[in-house]
Amino acid sequence: MARHGSDATQLVTPAMLAVVGVLASLPLWIGQVGLYPYIGIEIVIWAIYALSFNLLLGYTGLPSFGHGAYFGIGAYAFGLFQQNVLPGLWPCLAAAAGAAALAGLVVAAFISHRRGIYYAFMTIAFGQVFWVVAIKSHAITGGEDGLLRIQRAPADFGIVSFDLRDNVSLYYFVLGVFAVVLVALWRLVNSPYGRILQAVKQNETRAAFVGYNVWLYKFSVFALSAALSGLAGGLFAMAQTSAFPDVMSLHYSGYVVMMTLIGGGIVSFWGPVIGAALFLLARDAIGAVTTAWMLWFGLLFMLVVLFKPEGIAGWWQDLRREGGARRPGLARLRMLFGG
Amino acid sequence: MVLFEAENLQMRFGDRTVLENVTLSFGAGKLYGIMGPNGAGKTTCFNVLTGRYRPTRGRVRIDGEDITGLPPHLIARKGVSRSFQIMNLFNDFTARDNVMTALPEMRARSFETRRAVASDAKLADAAEAVLARVGLAGKGDVRAKNLSYGDRRALEIGVALAAAPRVLFLDEPTSGLGSDGTARLAGLIGTLKGQLTIVVIEHDMPFLFGLADEISVIHWGQVIAQGTPGELRANDWVRRSNLGKLQ
Repeated sequence: MARHGSDATQLVTPAMLAVVGVLASLPLWIGQVGLYPYIGIEIVIWAIYALSFNLLLGYTGLPSFGHGAYFGIGAYAFGLFQQNVLPGLWPCLAAAAGAAALAGLVVAAFISHRRGIYYAFMTIAFGQVFWVVAIKSHAITGGEDGLLRIQRAPADFGIVSFDLRDNVSLYYFVLGVFAVVLVALWRLVNSPYGRILQAVKQNETRAAFVGYNVWLYKFSVFALSAALSGLAGGLFAMAQTSAFPDVMSLHYSGYVVMMTLIGGGIVSFWGPVIGAALFLLARDAIGAVTTAWMLWFGLLFMLVVLFKPEGIAGWWQDLRREGGARRPGLARLRMLFGG
Repeated sequence: MVLFEAENLQMRFGDRTVLENVTLSFGAGKLYGIMGPNGAGKTTCFNVLTGRYRPTRGRVRIDGEDITGLPPHLIARKGVSRSFQIMNLFNDFTARDNVMTALPEMRARSFETRRAVASDAKLADAAEAVLARVGLAGKGDVRAKNLSYGDRRALEIGVALAAAPRVLFLDEPTSGLGSDGTARLAGLIGTLKGQLTIVVIEHDMPFLFGLADEISVIHWGQVIAQGTPGELRANDWVRRSNLGKLQ
């Protein structure tokens, strides 16, 4: 698999440095291309979310189509913890990931013996339950009015503390979290655990008969993915300084699926990142021209699914492979003509 | 010495009895054949022995330890491995990764997340050794789905072998192969004979009679005959059946 190149043993890969480097320069030029730093925050947060989602879809082959629930639970947990327990940034982020992990563990306990379409339906059903609960629990979540007045608490590192109220500083903070998540996930997917997740994706039966407890892998990876989605949700609550139930809807849960597929999460570690960036840029670029931007993006999605199901990353891998295949031909020509 | 035994197995699906009073015992280091017509219950028998189904009655033991009704992954960890009649590989993995996934060393580290698999040369070496054992040396980098049919059949055995089993169940290993492929698989299984206990379901009678120490015939879910190839050649049923087209 392309994702197991020679980079597999590295903690930090050249691709990571390049991506984080380009993103780090974003506040310097984003204004000149007619955009604004806040979209950078959104892209990076949704990229974290999509990466954690792809742990299920791309790596373990589990179609979790109600994943917005865990993103939303993270957002609410962040706000509620801040307003009722501890105001600090770190405990709030831990609460976001922890609450989503807990929800993930409960749901995973009910669905991990399933696969395919049954799995998809059950994740949707559970996602809808969480969404309805969030809307109906007006006293706790503020219902459809949302949970407001969430603060962007400063990032306190003991000796230094960074104020995050400004969008550019918050952007660099989420980028830092993104970098940590990249390193951790890259190591995870290339570890024995990650390898077995991929084995489970390809053939559950074979994995069980060589001695792996398939249920436990599906269960644990779902909780892990939910926890990371919750972390992204917590960051999103901070970015929006509020939390709303709409991110938990089936509608929004579909967005992360679209991002991951269009970017190429099925064949590449980077697919979800590409997809998240493309989706949000398209929203703003096409959205500036027409309110029906989703119609155009939906068409693009259909084209990708029809003609290049491996997504943009898959298309890129093909290009590189063709480039590589041409070279031996060239070498042979040189041998013939003594070039 | 009896290593693996099944006692009075019964398997019912609803009101259909698929296995009835099946008693088998397999000694260490020997090769056993199981034959019988289609639908006789041979694969169901394997499924019960390796944990896919829980028998409705009867006991399964390995080395005296009762493993009846344990899930497949726990039975596999006791040293029971199997291949499948319908190809069951990790198709997107390379041949090496297929084998590596099944290694006990990999299983021991299966919840480890902090080191990359690729940084452990010992795993790759162990996988290469298994590939060489099943005649796939040099094909480690080919994805399972791109291997030839015969190579895939060999890899199927390689994956089962990689788990370092004490008992290896092979369900129609030559299914779908031509005569050359069958000869190759027979050669391969012949080289494994004596190293571990092997139980083979097979329709190819010359193949089975040439290799097995003992053969059981299953028909209508029951063991109707059992014995060495020599004894079975004289068996009425085997002689009358289409199966035993032996010279």
